[in-house]
Amino acid sequence: MATQHSRSAARMMMAPAVILLLGWMLVPLTMTLFFSFKKYLPMRGGDLGWVGFDNYIRFVTSSAFWPSVAATLIIVLGVLFITVVFGVLLAILLDQPMWGQGIVRILVIAPFFVMPTVTALVWKNMFMDPVNGLFAHLWQAFGLTPVEWLSQASLGSIVMIVSWQWLPFATLILLTAIQSLDSEQLEAAEMDGAPPLSRFGYITLPHLSRAITIVVLIQTIFLLSIFAEIFVTTQGSFGTRTLTYLIYQRVLESQNIGLGSAGGIYAVILANIMAVFLMRIVGKNLDA
Amino acid sequence: MARSVTTQRKLVNTIAAWSIGFLIFFPILWTILTSFKTEATAIADPPVFLAFNWTLENYEVVLERSNYARFLWNSIFIAGGSTLLGLIIAIPAAWSMAFVPSRRTKDILLWMLSTKMLPAVGVLYPIYLIFIKMGLLDSRIGLTVVIMLINLPIIVWMLYTYFREIPGEILEAARMDGATLKSEILYVLTPMAVPGIASTLLLNFILAWNEAFWTLNLTAAKAAPLTAFIASYSSPEGLFYAKLSAASTMAIAPILILGWFSQKQLVRGLTFGAVK
Repeated sequence: MATQHSRSAARMMMAPAVILLLGWMLVPLTMTLFFSFKKYLPMRGGDLGWVGFDNYIRFVTSSAFWPSVAATLIIVLGVLFITVVFGVLLAILLDQPMWGQGIVRILVIAPFFVMPTVTALVWKNMFMDPVNGLFAHLWQAFGLTPVEWLSQASLGSIVMIVSWQWLPFATLILLTAIQSLDSEQLEAAEMDGAPPLSRFGYITLPHLSRAITIVVLIQTIFLLSIFAEIFVTTQGSFGTRTLTYLIYQRVLESQNIGLGSAGGIYAVILANIMAVFLMRIVGKNLDA
Repeated sequence: MARSVTTQRKLVNTIAAWSIGFLIFFPILWTILTSFKTEATAIADPPVFLAFNWTLENYEVVLERSNYARFLWNSIFIAGGSTLLGLIIAIPAAWSMAFVPSRRTKDILLWMLSTKMLPAVGVLYPIYLIFIKMGLLDSRIGLTVVIMLINLPIIVWMLYTYFREIPGEILEAARMDGATLKSEILYVLTPMAVPGIASTLLLNFILAWNEAFWTLNLTAAKAAPLTAFIASYSSPEGLFYAKLSAASTMAIAPILILGWFSQKQLVRGLTFGAVK
């Protein structure tokens, strides 16, 4: 039984982490909130006073806003779709008996450990370059004209690059979940004559639903804020300016702090909506 | 697994899985291969796979010309420093939440998790401003602290899930035998906690090593780690495939190796214990 003494000791032990995180959250967020109500241009006149909700209105009515929402949605949904569908298939395949399972697993997981700037540069130059890239050679081998991936199919290319990065994560988590599936259930279904597709649909998929939800939520949070992949490849041109990148440009490139901060607050609200769902699932797990 | 399968079925599985595994791994393999080619071979048409004169020239050039050692040291300093600092702060916190839980423990844990979801871009300017005011821009210390803070929730969570698996009965038994709080922590809890702490350390080192928002935005020449160094290759005049590949291979090799050891912890760490 915890005594009064050990309780206060416990509080002391928790204090540094709690205070640091509280500061890390509150101080910058308060500043962003503060700036978001100001016209603030450090390069052109500095602090030009309070403007109420002007920045919030201007951020969503600027011509760049809706395209950036569309780009964000396409990237997030595209990557989610690819990683979840292929992740499930790959996890099922990797769960089958085979030779060298451990090595295949290592090969599949590897992309997750490659730093984002390397990923982006390697894909941009060595695969998607319209002259020297491997895809260009491949296209030419079939007598086709090489595609300028990052300008002609820019969003698709980004989705492809980011999916390559995140497929290992989805696969690994889904594989872990599949391995916890009771194989007797599947065997019983097989003996009762259930065809593979209904075994998948009625046993495997429902078992995976929680893991899939977790993959979707965690990836969404990370995907909403991808940065390096765009910074290195297109710098936001050719329709690849996501909400995150738009805010970054407003803040650091055009140094319109008020406007960027208003955008930042929108991003915080959006992330919090996603976070509520994730925490509900994680929190449930804590009680168990 | 009692399921018996025919050899034929196993062979089909093996071929399918190996092909897909190879395809997924191919970009990394291609980068490693290219790093051993000359610049001319690297852009040869048609591309050459293995039949080329292997050379270490690119590694020599990258090491000599670009101050690679400094970027490497910055990466090690920032990733290692932020992980150790994080552990020092997180171990007592996770410890007390796992062993002396209160009614609010769950809320505190969830709140910590929520700080992880704060979009970096939303606080970019304030942090930038604070860094300028405190002279921390382009400093290793500043970056180490920021990266420690963004990973602190994950560290606390991972440790918490590990500590919770340590059975409380053992502690009670030690106490009955007259162990003091100090010896309880030192001789009973610590040995059992070491594996969990080690995996937390590993995963967070990897996450910190690959972090590419704050490292790109808060560093210039002095404190830039490998993530920023590699990004500097994206300017057209610096573009040489073989050298880019050599630099990339050196930047990812240590983490690939560490990463393969941390597969299992990865699942637990990144799902905050929701999938084990």
